[in-house]
Amino acid sequence: MTAPLRSRPVGWPRRLAHGGLILVALVFLVLFLLLPLATVFVEAFRQGIAAYVVAIKQPEALAAIRLTLIVAAIAVPLNLIFGIAAAWAMTRFEFRGKALLGALIDLPFSVSPVISGLVYVLLFGAQGWFGPWLDAHGVKIIFAVPGLVLATIFVTLPFVARELIPLMQAQGSEEEQAARVLGASGWQMFFRVTLPNIRWALLYGVLLCNARAMGEFGAVSVVSGHIRGLTTTMPLEVEMRYNEYDYVGAFAVASLLALLALITLAAKTLLEWRYGDEIAAHAPGGH
Amino acid sequence: MKKFFTVLLLAAGMLVSAAAAARDVTLLNVSYDPTRELYRQINSAFVAQWKAQHGDNVTIQMSHGGSGKQARSVVDGLPADIVTLALAYDIDAIADRGLIAKDWQQRLPNNASPYTSTIVFLVRKGNPKGIKDWADLVRPGVQVITPNPKSSGGARWNFLAAWGYALKQPGGSDATARAFVHDLYKHVPVLDTGARGATNTFVQRGIGDVLIAWEDEALLARKQVGGDAIQIVVPSITILAEPPVAVVDKNVDKRDSRAVAEAYAQFLYSPQGQEIAARNFYRPRSADVAKQYASQFPATQTFTIQEVFGDWRQAQKKFFDEGAIFDQIGTGN
Amino acid sequence: MRHRVLPGFGISLGYALAYLGLIVLLPLAALGWKASGIGIAGLTHLLGAPRTLAALRLSIGGALLAALFNVVIGLLVGWVLVRYRFPGRRLFDALVDLPFALPTAVAGIALSTLYAPNGWLGQWLEPLGIKVAYTPLGVFVAMVFVGFPFVVRTLQPVLASLERDVEEAAESLGAQRWQTFFRVILPMLAPTLLTGFALALARAMGEYGSVIFIAGNLPMHSEIAPLLIVQKLEQFDYAGAAALGAVMLLLSFALLVMVSLLQRWSGRWAERTR
Repeated sequence: MTAPLRSRPVGWPRRLAHGGLILVALVFLVLFLLLPLATVFVEAFRQGIAAYVVAIKQPEALAAIRLTLIVAAIAVPLNLIFGIAAAWAMTRFEFRGKALLGALIDLPFSVSPVISGLVYVLLFGAQGWFGPWLDAHGVKIIFAVPGLVLATIFVTLPFVARELIPLMQAQGSEEEQAARVLGASGWQMFFRVTLPNIRWALLYGVLLCNARAMGEFGAVSVVSGHIRGLTTTMPLEVEMRYNEYDYVGAFAVASLLALLALITLAAKTLLEWRYGDEIAAHAPGGH
Repeated sequence: MKKFFTVLLLAAGMLVSAAAAARDVTLLNVSYDPTRELYRQINSAFVAQWKAQHGDNVTIQMSHGGSGKQARSVVDGLPADIVTLALAYDIDAIADRGLIAKDWQQRLPNNASPYTSTIVFLVRKGNPKGIKDWADLVRPGVQVITPNPKSSGGARWNFLAAWGYALKQPGGSDATARAFVHDLYKHVPVLDTGARGATNTFVQRGIGDVLIAWEDEALLARKQVGGDAIQIVVPSITILAEPPVAVVDKNVDKRDSRAVAEAYAQFLYSPQGQEIAARNFYRPRSADVAKQYASQFPATQTFTIQEVFGDWRQAQKKFFDEGAIFDQIGTGN
Repeated sequence: MRHRVLPGFGISLGYALAYLGLIVLLPLAALGWKASGIGIAGLTHLLGAPRTLAALRLSIGGALLAALFNVVIGLLVGWVLVRYRFPGRRLFDALVDLPFALPTAVAGIALSTLYAPNGWLGQWLEPLGIKVAYTPLGVFVAMVFVGFPFVVRTLQPVLASLERDVEEAAESLGAQRWQTFFRVILPMLAPTLLTGFALALARAMGEYGSVIFIAGNLPMHSEIAPLLIVQKLEQFDYAGAAALGAVMLLLSFALLVMVSLLQRWSGRWAERTR
């Protein structure tokens, strides 16, 4: 990262302006991000730690945690492979329709969650295209784990690709070309040159993808069937408890999710702190 | 990658084992939102009874969600053996797709509703606005919280209760009922999508003077909130809400679970089932059980959907369909 | 000429297309097929209804305003996080991703808890006559929340790589600070800002979970388009729901194609200035 703006003597009006800018930014971050997060924990502990522990030790909650982890463990690696493949094709080659492909990759971001679950019902539901066939062959997709995985993949599909594309575009392909010229095989080049170059952005993309995969509600809700202990992920468990007037329970499970998110963010921050400049130089997310 | 295949296999295995078990019977009861505690108790009582009488191990899985959404899930292939929803219209919708016989409402006693509820008012401590009956809801300065009937099944009962009240006043007609309901929804500052959202808006956010709610949900909310921050007011006349129950014919025939599913539905009408329903704030059909719980359920005059509106299909068409009366009256200030 | 040296064009593109086809395109085709069930007359009736129009206006208008706000505040926050050093900077930086990670329903409940008249923030705003929860302003707040990370995360790397020399050259030539900003920095950031803007806009347009808890959901007033879709589903009107969903999707997709073109344009710009 470039050095802070200290290359010239800074007068007090300038310093005041800097302070003002920082203040405005922080006030916004606190009001819009920190306070909502704090609310979740305050509500979860409203009736004390004992009630909190009781709420999250119920078998349904534990089953929901396990299911959430299973779904993320399937969805995230699949999106990881897709992200690498898509980024490779997008940044290393020229072809017609590239802009269209880029838009398609981003499309799940803009599909309303209400719709992104519905589409799988239209496809695999009993009234859908493949529903009767699946039913006749005893294959369950909707209202079972595969449906949850599909909906989660759909919603989190863009994350890894979006992290990688701008970075790989910026890096260019000179090193890879050199490796090829020096006789490396395709996979050697990938594992020795490409992967080390993109590993931080990759990790970052996986972390975000994972956070979103665990937190996804809208799409998953449509394909889950809400069978308690069987097809209920953590966000769904939050909603079901909320709908049963079990506010402490709802926020307790929500706080676990927030905690997962925080752990994800902490992991990222730790990595940035340890390898600060390396990652910052390849700062992710942008175009 | 290997690990994920293992996980996939495990997940698939779980599904297969659930479906293929021999001596064990699994039932899926697809229900609406606030019935968790009710059916937790019903299930354990029924499982014990069935085990004693037949020796089979019955496992009952529960699914909870908004009534309409649950009905959609069953239509789309959720393998429910039995549905216990908030209004007959949602079960009619399943029957329309051929999953349940059309005469389902005649196959079980009491319109296939083993327990009932009514529509009541929740007010703040001490009832500061002096709310006693429906007419008080449209006084100037009173704010009413009720969810949107278009997105919430429960809210349709609220709407119909208000309509029926106005209709039954001296000189009441469709025109006066319409005017009353129109006026009522002008007093609604927030139109939540579901009953829980509305309760939350009223109880936790402190918005509004009155919440229109199902009696069982009002009692449940009061229990969860605790103390006397909110009070229940029973209006002079209100609707008899009949949450219906049906065995899903197509699914039980396919899964060979009809005997257990039908016994389960009947169990809801048994003295034990009725007692559990009353304990969980639903008005029992059984006169004996009702007598025991008389203090919990104050007497009030009620009317049914059939008496005032014909049936749910007609009510739905007249009031809640696209461009029907609810759409015409509009809401808000 | 590049693809003669580098391997994997066929397999990477083929895999990406197959995956997109199965996960995204096939389901969306089902949506289109279902939506076509309402016919042209049904569609004109649906889109001509005042309530549909009001909901679309709120969803699109609110999303536009929220995205604009996010561009301004996102630029400020991104700038502060990249350029200045202050205690807790990394913590705040990490916080930016929160809206990605928090389930939307939880976010909605948390926001309505904060901004309700009896909430931590609402109780201070209420006496000032500012009502946030249960008004269109609440919709705006939720939309800002969900769209915010897109702008900051898009901007950050570009801000970090902006050549300081350019600014300093401009300043040493006597340009005022604000002149530097508006004449030099802003034009360089413009493509990236547009990208962030469009992503935040697309996300906010479709948002449901967090908005319904803080919007009043009154028809014609504070009812968003995704809520109309849910209501149609509740009446078992799959075709109408799919049609409205498809209309919103097409609007979003048009936006994203624009973004993608901008992306390529900014990529070329980056190469030119290298």
